Amino acid sequence: MRADPLSITFATLADPTRRAILSRLSSGQATVNELAQPFALSLPAISKHLKVLERAGLISRGRNAQWRPCRLKASPLKAVADWVEEYRRFWEASFDRLDEYLRELQSPEKTQAAPKGGPPRRRHRIAAPARTRPRRA
Amino acid sequence: MNASMGAVERYTLTLPSPLEIVLTRNFAAPRALVFQAHTQPAHLVHWWGRTGSTLPVCEIDLRPGGAWRFVERQSDGREYGFRGTYREIVPPQRLVYTFEFEGTPGHVVLVSATFDEVDGMTRLTSRSRFHTAEDRNGMLQSGMEAGAAESCNRLEEYLAALS
Repeated sequence: MRADPLSITFATLADPTRRAILSRLSSGQATVNELAQPFALSLPAISKHLKVLERAGLISRGRNAQWRPCRLKASPLKAVADWVEEYRRFWEASFDRLDEYLRELQSPEKTQAAPKGGPPRRRHRIAAPARTRPRRA
Repeated sequence: MNASMGAVERYTLTLPSPLEIVLTRNFAAPRALVFQAHTQPAHLVHWWGRTGSTLPVCEIDLRPGGAWRFVERQSDGREYGFRGTYREIVPPQRLVYTFEFEGTPGHVVLVSATFDEVDGMTRLTSRSRFHTAEDRNGMLQSGMEAGAAESCNRLEEYLAALS
């Protein structure tokens, strides 16, 4: 399958150790030794994770050959956050509409005369018209 | 992410892991009806999609392995296609399906929707998990371990701060 950046980020985040490393780096840069400390993992094992993170563009590493501090790169995480936000908005809007639709469906005065495609009676949470009254089932 | 939401009493969102989004919502209707509203085109055209949109295409083959495809038309005329496959259909309590926006093929989400009756209402819990290539190859079975919970929370905060 196509390896697009968002899928790569998600796949990289699927590993709990890598997420823990990113969390640690969200409070500042760190060396490989510092990153290895909280884990019962060898330095080579940590280095392997760091390579995956670097390839995914989630961290960058310093130039200094001896020290090479790791640093979090925010943009792929921002892409994940944006995606999650868009997905959330999609369902929030749909569920708002479902809520209203279910109320209309069960409202006695609407059951006889509710032709498909009737006037839209959508209630928007953000700018609800003052006259909109909550309908009870 | 909860902080930005209105109508908190009816609606919650949590991120148990960066790969998983859980939406919870209570509806004032019997769960058989809420389930039907999720699985029958005659109902779906009335609510599925963003505010102000319509659903000119709503095709459903409701059986495990069956495909679905919806086209959402926004008020400006633009159309967005969505598709997926049903995995589990247990009326009126559970529906599992994949969800993919045709504009970003390859970003497959596995949605597990559970319908529970609570105090005469129906509580819908929709758990969405980003389906990675590893998932599809059956290599990643471990899921999210409890030991990673703290790092998840911190990462979640970080993601929330970015958005």
